[in-house]
Amino acid sequence: MARADGRSLRRRLVTPEGVDLGVELGGAGARAAAYCLDLLAMLLTLALLSAAIGYLTRGSRSAEIIAVLWLLGAFVLRNGWFILFELGVRGATPGKRALGLRVIARDGVRLTGSAIVARNAVREVEVFLPLTFLIMQAGAQRADAWLAIAALGWSAIFLLFPLFNRDRLRMGDLLAGTWVVRDERRPLGSDLAAAPAGRRFTEAALDLYGEYELHALEEVLRTGQAARLAVAASTIRGKAGLPDDDDDAGFLTDYYAALCARLERRRVLGRGVADKWQRGAR
Amino acid sequence: MSARPASAAAAGSRFRAAHEADWARLDALLARAERHSVRALDDDELLALPLLYRVALSSLAAARATSLDRALIGYLEQLCTRAYFQLYGPAEPALAQLLRFFRHDWPAAVRAQWRETLAALALTVAGILAGYLLVRGEASWFYGLVPDGMAGGREPGASAATLRATLHPKGARDMLAVFAAFLFTHNAQIAIFSFALGIAFGVPTALLIAYNGLSLGAMIAVFAGRDVGVEFAQWLAIHGTTELFAVVLAGAAGFRIGAAFAFPGRQERADAALDAGRGGAVVVMGTVIMLAAAGLLEGIGRQTVDGGLARAAIGAVMLVAWLAYFYLPRGRDGAR
Repeated sequence: MARADGRSLRRRLVTPEGVDLGVELGGAGARAAAYCLDLLAMLLTLALLSAAIGYLTRGSRSAEIIAVLWLLGAFVLRNGWFILFELGVRGATPGKRALGLRVIARDGVRLTGSAIVARNAVREVEVFLPLTFLIMQAGAQRADAWLAIAALGWSAIFLLFPLFNRDRLRMGDLLAGTWVVRDERRPLGSDLAAAPAGRRFTEAALDLYGEYELHALEEVLRTGQAARLAVAASTIRGKAGLPDDDDDAGFLTDYYAALCARLERRRVLGRGVADKWQRGAR
Repeated sequence: MSARPASAAAAGSRFRAAHEADWARLDALLARAERHSVRALDDDELLALPLLYRVALSSLAAARATSLDRALIGYLEQLCTRAYFQLYGPAEPALAQLLRFFRHDWPAAVRAQWRETLAALALTVAGILAGYLLVRGEASWFYGLVPDGMAGGREPGASAATLRATLHPKGARDMLAVFAAFLFTHNAQIAIFSFALGIAFGVPTALLIAYNGLSLGAMIAVFAGRDVGVEFAQWLAIHGTTELFAVVLAGAAGFRIGAAFAFPGRQERADAALDAGRGGAVVVMGTVIMLAAAGLLEGIGRQTVDGGLARAAIGAVMLVAWLAYFYLPRGRDGAR
């Protein structure tokens, strides 16, 4: 949460209990990838559906049943894939699920069927319409360069639309009042401050840094790369004037625990230290 | 807690020690509910879910205020978010939603866009008139207004007998179901388009509706020119009242979106778009149902009912039924 600027992807989602869950919007890349996955899955399903219909009706010799089933099946697949999956509790198509995304209502309340239909009906004209138009033209052998450019331009406007607004909204999201957020499971990371502090630090040594640097140190400790540990340890030792004891990880863990405890205490007393530049303001 | 509040342990560590078991239990319940469904949980677990959610939520609130353990806060955030969606996410049961859609949502959404519906109707009528007058004045207009594939021999030069024959098909009954399915999927797709095209300020929607009227008007001109106009009207009416009504409604939903983008009025643009989008989506869902009915009437009803009067009567009954369903004031929400 540190340094949330205007371009942060974090958004408020306040529960009825009054706690802001702080959801994070899905990135454009992840959403595009999810969409491609869904298209692939739809094509695959269409192929399987065709094969299944062909297999089931192989005896009856009736072209009529095959055609009806296929027409209706293709219609339901094309229009229903996104809608039916997003209506589920997970609020996500298989593609979105694979990339850890889900659709939620922007106002945080329950997602209605009409919202999902609205956001996915618009998908039709964003992508499918220019595409079918082009295929139709190509099929009629009068594909026209200008027409192709117009179709591509049309699609580009809507495909790039999410990049031109703060909330990464597709045109369909705008109409439906939805947005796409990240939905990930995360294991509880180990407790870095749990180990009893073996080293003692002076107040002056602990006053060097604020919460921002504490979080940076946490990240260094969690990645655990020896080179980064060494740089961090030598920097802190240099500033605090401490001798090198050849145990970077142990030193940093102890320093982290001590700094964390001290900063938390200050925070509870209403004198939190945001970063090292704030030392002078104390 | 010891006498000295400034004990060495960080707030995050104390939190973890006190509540980690609850969080892990919630995590496990959520994982099962997400993999299968909430029904995978037994009664005790279902009762425990909201309690554990509130434990996690208050842990999160407290951790944010007192702890600097980002791993802990991140974990609690995703845990609470997942629990929130499990608890508050699921809508009503599907059957209840369906009932509400037919009893209230659909007619209400149609009534809410009555202004746009009138505009779309006016545009359709204008298109029909223009198509009729154009083809009556200069027959070659027909080829510009009706796509080749749709004409099927029904063109300006055709004799009355040829035209009449297209209205009473013989022996083409084996592909009725395919015909109906094709008409339905094609028309439903067009309806979805004319709703969604509203995002371009409704201009493509207007073109689509006007074009629909124009080609119909051109067709009427051809039949009326050979004095088969009444029979054509009867042939058209059996499904046409439902189908045209559906197209007008879908177009009106598109207009509403376009209008919301262009002239949001007192609302913010995003709010106006949202109302138009969600209301329009309900109308379009209903339109697909109407078009399914029209497809059945056209593909099967028309091919089996050959009498002109019977066709016209079915069409009229359908129209009255739709109008009554949508616009007749009813019980509570009529008096609203």
